[in-house]
Amino acid sequence: MASSNSLMDSLFQRSLEDLIKGLRLGESTFISRSLEEIRREIKLTDLSTKSVALQKLSYLAALHGVDMAWAAFHAVEVVSSSRFAHKRIGYHAIAQSFSDQTPVMLLITNQLRKDLNSSNEHEVSLALECLARIGTDDLARDLTSEVFTLLGSSKALVRKKAIGVVLRVFDKYPDAVKVCFKRLVENLESSDPQLLSAVVGVFCELTAKDPRSYLPLAPEFYKILVDSRNNWVLIKVLKIFAKLASIEPRLAKKVADPVCEHMRKQNVGKSLLFECIRTVFSSLSDQETALKLAVAKIREFLVDDDPNLKYLGLHALSIVAPKHLWAVLENKEAVVKAMSDEDPNVKLEALHLLMAMVNEDNVTEISRILMNYALKSDPLFCNEIICSVLLPCSRNSYEIIVDFDWYLSLLGEMARVPHCQRGKEIEHQLIDIGTRVKDARLELVRVSRALLIDPALLGNQFLYPILSAAAWASGEYVEFSKSPYEIAEALLQPRTCLLPDSIRAIYIHSAFKVLVFSLGAYFSAQQPTSPPLAQESTSSGHSMVNGFTYNSISSLVNMIELGLCSLSGTIDVEVQERAKNILGFIGMIKHEIAEKATSQNSETEGHRAIAFMEDVFSEELGPVSSTAQEKVPLPEGLELNENLEGLQEICREVLEPMAESDYSSDKVSFSVAKLRIRDQEEASSSLPPPLESSSLLAEHRKRHGLYYLSSQKSEDHNDREGNDNNTSNEYPPANEISVDSFKPKKKISKPRPVVVKLDEGDEPKRKPDASSSNDESLSRAIQTALMGKGKGKEKEKEIVKENHEMNVDTENIEQSSRREKKNKKNGERSSKRSSRRQRGKEASVTKPVEVPDLLL
Amino acid sequence: SNLSLQIRFILLQNRQGKTRLAKYYVPLEESEKHKVEYEVHRLVVNRDSKFTNFVEFRTHKVIYRRYAGLFFSLCVDITDNELAYLECIHLFVEILDHFFSNVCELDLVFNFHKVYLILDEFILAGELQETSKRAIIERMSELEKLE
Repeated sequence: MASSNSLMDSLFQRSLEDLIKGLRLGESTFISRSLEEIRREIKLTDLSTKSVALQKLSYLAALHGVDMAWAAFHAVEVVSSSRFAHKRIGYHAIAQSFSDQTPVMLLITNQLRKDLNSSNEHEVSLALECLARIGTDDLARDLTSEVFTLLGSSKALVRKKAIGVVLRVFDKYPDAVKVCFKRLVENLESSDPQLLSAVVGVFCELTAKDPRSYLPLAPEFYKILVDSRNNWVLIKVLKIFAKLASIEPRLAKKVADPVCEHMRKQNVGKSLLFECIRTVFSSLSDQETALKLAVAKIREFLVDDDPNLKYLGLHALSIVAPKHLWAVLENKEAVVKAMSDEDPNVKLEALHLLMAMVNEDNVTEISRILMNYALKSDPLFCNEIICSVLLPCSRNSYEIIVDFDWYLSLLGEMARVPHCQRGKEIEHQLIDIGTRVKDARLELVRVSRALLIDPALLGNQFLYPILSAAAWASGEYVEFSKSPYEIAEALLQPRTCLLPDSIRAIYIHSAFKVLVFSLGAYFSAQQPTSPPLAQESTSSGHSMVNGFTYNSISSLVNMIELGLCSLSGTIDVEVQERAKNILGFIGMIKHEIAEKATSQNSETEGHRAIAFMEDVFSEELGPVSSTAQEKVPLPEGLELNENLEGLQEICREVLEPMAESDYSSDKVSFSVAKLRIRDQEEASSSLPPPLESSSLLAEHRKRHGLYYLSSQKSEDHNDREGNDNNTSNEYPPANEISVDSFKPKKKISKPRPVVVKLDEGDEPKRKPDASSSNDESLSRAIQTALMGKGKGKEKEKEIVKENHEMNVDTENIEQSSRREKKNKKNGERSSKRSSRRQRGKEASVTKPVEVPDLLL
Repeated sequence: SNLSLQIRFILLQNRQGKTRLAKYYVPLEESEKHKVEYEVHRLVVNRDSKFTNFVEFRTHKVIYRRYAGLFFSLCVDITDNELAYLECIHLFVEILDHFFSNVCELDLVFNFHKVYLILDEFILAGELQETSKRAIIERMSELEKLE
């Protein structure tokens, strides 16, 4: 019964063609019906039926997203058939659906081995293709010897495919190198271009990851570079040399000539020509003739109508731009023309090139051109432009900017570009310039004012970061403002309700700074003896607001009070707190203002309070290096690795308010520092009356004394840091010139203002990635393979070396390079010796180190 | 996969985004494959014919060309030679043309296994292994005899 069923099924089984036809007529239900059929058919014993079912399933999986992982076992069954047609279908299915997680992966090892050993080269190639695609670590290890055999096969086709597989095997199982490497190298001498292409491809990949290990093979590659006529092979060899020449400069000299030869050829293929140019630009740019020739050739690309060539021309220029800007400058016209190209890729390349050309003298001109483009472009490109102006201008603490006034107004302009979405970066630069460049603060305040008073900007959420910076700057440098009243009004205008609360809080805080400043000016103007704080003038000679009358100051205070009244009940705690603080402060000094108008008594409470507040804001905030925290010296006796888990028992409820993470041992010093920062912030915010940071800390310590380190040491620690900014060196005062902040002046009208820089740069250092252990083991294996590389070959080399000795230029170079290499390899060899012994192999004989003939 | 210099995948898609051929040389989940196919299609279908044949795709590059209603897309490493791969695509099309005389989309749909066979002779493990049209044609006729 069952057999007749299966007979019927196989007779009427839908073929792949039927399936496809059916699919084209109607999709979703047809697929599920077909899948049911397939599931039935695939379980039948007849291999032909099974394989057709598998084939249909593969089709559905490839093009209609059907899952076929469940059929893995059946694929293994199909592959075991002796018929080639079945094998093909089976291997195809396996290559398509198997992964490292497939449970039946173990079952195919033997099948693969069998087919790899088959006398039928087509079966072999099927197996090779499959292995190339799905090879796991185990498979690679188990089948290394088969691959090794095939690398020496008499049939070129098989050898070629084996070479293709070798890379994957190496990748998964580095020890395979010892077995296969020699044969691989032998294949480098093949005359079959396809075979050569495959081998060179393998080396191309290997060299990309670890160039040093393959340096000894340079002579072989050189021969191919000179002799081969196949573009693919040449392109790959060029890539290899690009990597090798960058670590071995003497190679660059040698290789430059054949590369030039290729470039000069009459009908050289554009792909090869481009690869030559790229190689010259990236690794041979010190070779003058080669460089000049390459630049001449790239010009042809730039002016070609073909957009591909134009793009590639621009791209190549960007490779050479850092070291040889003249090449870009020579082609300036083409670059500018490309800015108006329709293809966004071309435009982007042109943009990057344009910015590469920017320097002190032309930065204004180029920025002007670019901003014009930005206004006319789509949002994406517009922001690219803005970004690419911001980046070079800010590099190295604004190295190329001479006229900061112009730059600040440019930043303000950017804020008004309709599509601008680079708020964060602009915000950062505005504040950064404010803290670093004292002389630019006037312009900064001017630009900020313009941004603040415009109610329309408050509706654009992309501008909020910029507005936040403008608000901060207006408050921090209010002494440069022409009209503090106007600023305060702008900061508290009704439309600010559109701002997110965090930024609103900044607005309010800045308003407070304006208030304090104004009050200070008012009170001190009435003092005949004290120096009027309001009259600090800047280098541009602009004189400050000199005095508030009673009317003006009271209208200011009233306006602020009015503006903040409504906020004293807002939900957001930041906003509410700050509003209330200011209102409280106002309440305290309000009647003082009135009194001031009448009496001359200068010792009132209010007056003292105002003086205190001014003090608080009089410290200048400077830029902080990102490594500042690390530079805080650890006090002696501070035990960083102590486990503080015991604390958790004692003080659970009390310590809850502090961050949970403070319990880990290595954060001890950090949490103390955090406290300090918090204390300083509290001190500078509007707490009437302000307490000093050290007293706050003392209070805290009283409450949680149990958890502090012994008071003596922390006392020392505190004292060192408690004395705010002037003594420790993380906060250099703004008018201190550090070593590299001055550049020699050129023919400029206005002297470049001082830009504060910090010693070791402000970018956080990035840790280098740890190289994977796989890569290391591979390169070690290759090095040992090359050192023990065929004794027969060594004899050949001796003879060749003797012939070469006649052409040696200087013996010294040869000897020293040999010595260098010998030392290097000696060092490596001794460390490898023990590991080799462990593997039971014979210890290597000390041979003379093989210096590539190329370098002699 | 640690191997960088290789073709990561080949896609043949029509203008509506339907995939006619998909060969991946790197391991990808089914859902990721769908995403990739969708994204690549979106990338290439809107580009003007006057634009370059290379686009950035995630951290790689896609080299594509349109032949009649089909987009042939190859995903390669950023440093790969674009022009060489364009030639590669063209070679593939020429070979298909030879086997299916003026190949059209329908040919590829109904002969998907044969197209895969050709592709496997052309590219192995993401590396181009045969650049001679003649050699591939000979090989295919040998394989046909075995079926």
